[in-house]
Amino acid sequence: MVAKVLMYGNTAIGEAAIRAGCQCYFGYPITPQNELTEYMAANLGRRPGCAFVQAESEIAAINMVHGASVAGVRTMTSSSSPGISLKQEGISYLAACELPAVIVNISRGGPGLGSIIAAQSDYFQATRGGGHGDYRTIVLAPASVQEFADLTMRAFDLADTYRMPVLILGDGMLGQMMEPVEFDREAPAVPPVRADALRGASGRPRKIVKSFTSNPADLEEINWSLYRRYQVIKEKEPAADTFLTDDAELLVVAFGASARIAKGAIKEVRAGGMKVGLFRPVTLWPFPDKALRAAAERVKGILVFEMNMGQMIEDVRLSLNGDRRIDFYGRPGGIIPAPSEVARVIARHYHQQGLK
Amino acid sequence: MEKVYQRPRYLTRANFHYCPGCGHSIVHRIVCELMDEMNIHDRAIGVPPPGCSVFAYNYIETDFVESAHGRGAAVATGIKRAAPDTVVFTYQGDGDISAIGTGETIHAANRGERITGIFINNAVYGMTGGQMAPTTLLSQKTTTSPFGRDKNFEGYPIKLSEMLALTDGAVYIERTAVNSPKNIIKTKKALQKAFQVQLDNLGYSLVEILSPCPTNWKMGVLDSWKWVDEEMTKVFPLGVIKDTTGK
Repeated sequence: MVAKVLMYGNTAIGEAAIRAGCQCYFGYPITPQNELTEYMAANLGRRPGCAFVQAESEIAAINMVHGASVAGVRTMTSSSSPGISLKQEGISYLAACELPAVIVNISRGGPGLGSIIAAQSDYFQATRGGGHGDYRTIVLAPASVQEFADLTMRAFDLADTYRMPVLILGDGMLGQMMEPVEFDREAPAVPPVRADALRGASGRPRKIVKSFTSNPADLEEINWSLYRRYQVIKEKEPAADTFLTDDAELLVVAFGASARIAKGAIKEVRAGGMKVGLFRPVTLWPFPDKALRAAAERVKGILVFEMNMGQMIEDVRLSLNGDRRIDFYGRPGGIIPAPSEVARVIARHYHQQGLK
Repeated sequence: MEKVYQRPRYLTRANFHYCPGCGHSIVHRIVCELMDEMNIHDRAIGVPPPGCSVFAYNYIETDFVESAHGRGAAVATGIKRAAPDTVVFTYQGDGDISAIGTGETIHAANRGERITGIFINNAVYGMTGGQMAPTTLLSQKTTTSPFGRDKNFEGYPIKLSEMLALTDGAVYIERTAVNSPKNIIKTKKALQKAFQVQLDNLGYSLVEILSPCPTNWKMGVLDSWKWVDEEMTKVFPLGVIKDTTGK
């Protein structure tokens, strides 16, 4: 029997990472994710064989992740929106060097210094590469504290499987929310070390991990090789969650905190007899396009709801090939609408499209 | 007959790409000799960020991981924290370590990271074609200080090693040069000590090496060696800057 404990989303990520065998954490304080950095300082830093370093910058932190990953251990960094912008250089290098790592973005309002309140305006940055070059990262979008834990463990597994950085895109609302959570894994007594670790050429030829190549033909092949891996991921890894979609006439599409709010709103309008369901992408890249097409087939209206000016809506449109009307409701800048506000928006769309 | 001079065991057979008179190849050779003599090759990992020496991995036969520009000390920190039994060294030019990488380097030193920095100072950005570096001397002409570096416009040459020596985590900092047999011997001794500081788990160590760049200085090789002695050492004096090993 696994005991449930009450945890913040941010600390649940930390505990899950330790249980997933994360050996090195490097971070730099930024609100609203500090509970995670503090948790790692208290619970990982003095564990035998493990390391916590409060870096001098987000840039240094992601490059420490680069070093630890080269040395073959599970490693993580976390930050919030402006800090993630600084990490993009390092994420591009991790992608180029095919190094596994987990990067957590507990996002806040932007652009610029923005606000410290939860927002979802980093969707493009997370799903389009963000740093320079032709690369992708797997992006997981949890919507509960339990999922913060589960998807953190999943993120480490995916990073190792596909040898690439994996992003967790949470937000300040979920990160600082407390909920019961249970963990089905114990932390390994001895953290695992990847077989390809770079630790000196003892008993084997020396190895070089690098991303620079002066020959464009070689670099093209590297890019196509990454592309082929991304195609496998697009086939195998899309994940989505649905809520009351079986009889739905209006489908709300939302991720993360928005999905959480939409769920409350849907319960409210369902009580009034409106047949509304929720489609929630769990992986933002790869976007669960096939599952969305299947869920959208039976509905008469689609409403995308995001805490931004409309970013995921582009993936919804791409998934549905532009042959459906798609409405949007967004609150950018760190405004977190109440479920009742979203319920009013849903009801309006429901009636406007004649879905009584 | 006794063999007194031979190719170092861990120097690869590749031809150096460096310009005639450049100091990199000399320092590479020293590093290779020390890998053998100190018996650290089997657990050594080099970190070369971009710059002329990014291709150090083509010549020094150890594990290497290339880092982003300036981030060598951070990448080295990550390796050493994950695998404390390794011997980790960064190999950085002045354009890298004293401009974009200043923050990473000072903080790694201040944390007392058990890593060794090899800092090649040629007072110029070499790989990108001879632009002004933070270490460029006053009145020195470069492609981006075409009238000569003027303190009123470009500020002063930066003394990174002295700055690093101010951190409590730095144990051993020395400045040497590779423009004469005597200086080369001193450079080898300094690098040996810097690695030993790491092996003894004492803290951060760094050797700054003044190295001629005849191509970008637009000088003959002999003149460039002289310029190191006559001009560079006035601003960057040779010798031990900090040593708390007591040895």
